[in-house]
Amino acid sequence: MNPFNLSAINFAWLPILPLIAVSLGAIVVLLVGVRVDDEDSAGLGFIALVTLLAAFILALFTLGQNTESFGGSLAVDDYAAFFEIVIIISTAVTVGMSLDYVAEARLAGAEYYSLLLFAALGMMLMAAAGDLIIIFLGLETMSISVYVLAGFVRRELRSNEAALKYFLLGAFSTGFLLYGIALVYGATGTIRLAPIRDALTAGMAGNPLLLLGLGMMLIGFGFKVAAVPFHMWTPDAYEGAPTPITAFMAVGVKVAAFAGFLRVFLVHLGPVSAQWTMVLWVIAALSMTVGNVIALVQVNVKRMLAYSAIAHAGYIIVGMAAARAPEAGGAILYYLLGYAFTNLGAFAIVIALERQGETTGNIADFRGLARNHPALAAAMALFLLSLTGVPPLAGFVGKFYIFSAALNVGLVWLVVIAAINSVISAYYYIGVIVAMYMQEGGIEIGRMTARPALLISIAVAVVGTVIIGLYPQPYMGAAVNAYASAIGRTTPHATALLR
Amino acid sequence: MGSFWLTGLIFIPLLGALLVLLQNEEGSIWRSAFIFSLLPLAISLYLFGAFDPREAGYQFVEQYTWIPQFGISYHIGMDGISLFLVILTTLLISLSLLYSGGGDIETRPREFCFFMLLLETGLLGALLAIDLFLFYAFWEVMLVPMYFLIGIWGHGRKLYATFKFVLFTMFGSLLMLVAILYLVGAAEKHLGHLSFDLTELYKVPLTPTEARWLFAGFAIAFAIKVPMWPLHTWLPDAHTEAPTAGSVILAGVMLKMGTYGFLRFAIPLFPEVAIEATPLFMALAVVGILYGALVAMVQPDLKRLVAYSSVSHLGFVMLGIFALDPQGVDGAIYQMLNHGLSTGALFLLVGMIYLRRHTREISEFGGLWRSIPIYAAVFMFVMLSSIGLPGLNGFVGEFLILLGAYLSSVWVAAVFAVMGLILGALYMMWAYERVMWGPITKAVNETVRDLNGREIAVMVPVIGLMLFMGLYPRPLLRRIEPSVALLLGRVQTARFEMQTSHVPALASLAAPSQSLNVK
Repeated sequence: MNPFNLSAINFAWLPILPLIAVSLGAIVVLLVGVRVDDEDSAGLGFIALVTLLAAFILALFTLGQNTESFGGSLAVDDYAAFFEIVIIISTAVTVGMSLDYVAEARLAGAEYYSLLLFAALGMMLMAAAGDLIIIFLGLETMSISVYVLAGFVRRELRSNEAALKYFLLGAFSTGFLLYGIALVYGATGTIRLAPIRDALTAGMAGNPLLLLGLGMMLIGFGFKVAAVPFHMWTPDAYEGAPTPITAFMAVGVKVAAFAGFLRVFLVHLGPVSAQWTMVLWVIAALSMTVGNVIALVQVNVKRMLAYSAIAHAGYIIVGMAAARAPEAGGAILYYLLGYAFTNLGAFAIVIALERQGETTGNIADFRGLARNHPALAAAMALFLLSLTGVPPLAGFVGKFYIFSAALNVGLVWLVVIAAINSVISAYYYIGVIVAMYMQEGGIEIGRMTARPALLISIAVAVVGTVIIGLYPQPYMGAAVNAYASAIGRTTPHATALLR
Repeated sequence: MGSFWLTGLIFIPLLGALLVLLQNEEGSIWRSAFIFSLLPLAISLYLFGAFDPREAGYQFVEQYTWIPQFGISYHIGMDGISLFLVILTTLLISLSLLYSGGGDIETRPREFCFFMLLLETGLLGALLAIDLFLFYAFWEVMLVPMYFLIGIWGHGRKLYATFKFVLFTMFGSLLMLVAILYLVGAAEKHLGHLSFDLTELYKVPLTPTEARWLFAGFAIAFAIKVPMWPLHTWLPDAHTEAPTAGSVILAGVMLKMGTYGFLRFAIPLFPEVAIEATPLFMALAVVGILYGALVAMVQPDLKRLVAYSSVSHLGFVMLGIFALDPQGVDGAIYQMLNHGLSTGALFLLVGMIYLRRHTREISEFGGLWRSIPIYAAVFMFVMLSSIGLPGLNGFVGEFLILLGAYLSSVWVAAVFAVMGLILGALYMMWAYERVMWGPITKAVNETVRDLNGREIAVMVPVIGLMLFMGLYPRPLLRRIEPSVALLLGRVQTARFEMQTSHVPALASLAAPSQSLNVK
């Protein structure tokens, strides 16, 4: 294709409307915010919510398009739409959790909500990336916004520390990713994902430059999804960041990073999966084991959830290691969907226990919650059981799906490790339930009805966790379709592999 | 098809649990919970009447698509193996709720009733599921309420006990999940589509190594639940620290989920391995019988004594199951019911005396026969049922099991098991003697009040059933036998194929495809 022949490039505007909506919304929030006091920032949050609603509706319109735009730089497929929808929902729930939090802590609402929207924009860009530069662009847009958000409580030392650590290690990992992209470009002469795939199938799979590039990219993505041994930043950053942002990091950032990770490795490097699945096998086993074992001894609930998020990255990578299984992609997408709702809910409850932005966040604070706030405690128990993987909740069905994909390609030992890890994780998840139901003397919190937005966020998470688990068929169908559309774009035959 | 009895049975308690949450007044909480436990009891009794005793397969079957991507369906049904366990469950839940409302549970009655009814849904669902996914879901669901029951309303080291219980059980069940998924994957290659339906999974060709590992995955999960020696260590803690109602359900029904799992899943799915493993399981069962009895004998705590007696009694059940002959398996199922009744009743009785004296130490009692004669008489009756006095239910089950074990390939196990029977009588009677007879050594024991109306009402149905099942076992065995015969038919086929495949030439002549499948 002649790059200078503009008519050959397909500028389809519809598919990028959700992205445009989010960026416009972010700018509006920033402009309007100039005139708004910090105590009244909830209104800005509502603008963000309206923006996200618009983006959500626009994203629904891109479903079923399955084409490409900007000459292949943007993938307009159900895979992108699926992740965009998950990201929009996660961002909206994060905004819901933030409304009272930001106003009470007197944070600068304009910057806060516009940064959230910009981060969401970066995430959506990653999900829709058709070439490596767009992935990098999305990753950076997301990361830089989240670095700032992590350090948003300027008065808090821990928040500063979190932001600095996250920024330094994140920049370091971005370097790896970029270097990897450069090497891959050097080896294949293209940054488009589809031609890279063709180059690989055409016999470049053993090229050392390419392999080195892939390794570097693996490290870069490993940082972003917080897989062991690239997880060191996670606990400190999660603990120090304002809790809604922690939720956003644990869910939004992770989902988006996996969107890019899967798009590059599973979708486009699938044919040479033999080159990297063994590495992912080790990373998965390490992430699950290290995450769960260290989570056992945490006293701070945010740190505990940070290690739990590391472990969950491990479970997801089990699915990636099973790349040869036709259902692996759908399994991971479904898992991420359930994980998003469950984890957002758990963090929302943590926020409910905080006042005025103070971050004590010890598990001991949960003691006696069942007596004073039975509904909150029941919701938290539900999220924790879903994270443990108790049926019929979303977390269980996701694990079930991933395990069955991995067993299908003979990864029996990895699945046994994952199963044993689930037992280990039960110990610390249940520890919180013990505190809530069987111990007394936690902190006193005010009436929840004073914080309706937070309550609605929790309710959304509860409904998601239960429905996705109890009646998984439509969501599994959506996940499988989404993945099929990504595969189908590159090889028409691949759809035949999917049941 | 077309009937909703079983769905109603499973989900009426769940509905009740949710409705109980809406109530605030303590009296109405207990009343509505009890009524919602009576409904499934009534349904299960109706099903007993409607059950066709000549039919060996599943009855009252319902099947709806649930997750078509995985071939998972909501497939439930009832056969002679599950029928009586269902009735036992509904009965014991009702009795436990009736008893607990009388002062045993003082704090948070609303949550207590919620968890009891949720537990009933989990138990009934697991007993009626024919789809492996559905079974696993219910199997895990029943763990959660029991965990809360022990952790919130338990005594002493309740947190330790409940953690241990959950972690042991989850360890087993997650390995079982891996085995289920592997089995379904192997079945897909054979069937051409994914299916979690038990009826489709019976004839999956597996290599002997695969079958052994998969059997191990199922068997460990079930053996932990039973519990078989040496995986029993969670049981004494959980039983002792649980509230009375929790112990009743734990011992009465939940342990049976393990033995039921062997009968429903582990043995019919992998009959070849079950035959191979017979000596091992019979040996473990005998060790469990003797070990449980010996340890029970030296317990100073009455509840712990009953808990260890469960290890011994469940050893008998396992012995009967792995005899793999009609007498043994019929007896094992009968003994599951007996154990549910007698141990459930013993835990209730221990709970009643604990409520009065706030101790369970045997040495704190003595001479209770004089001060509370009704209690002592009921205790005597239940104890005699537990040790298998002829004319009461325990005898029928134990007799059948020993007969079955004696007729099986490992007859020597029966010889040792008889010794367990003698030890059982010994520790029970000795405990009874120390608690009930002799002079009253502690002054407080003179003023203990006897059973009240509610407590007698709890015990009467149990005593009635013990007599009935001891004197006239026919109505029960008649319904159990066909399903057991169907199960053992699978085992016989496998045994025949194993024997023929030892002579390769002959086997390949007779049934080339089958011998390929086995070897």
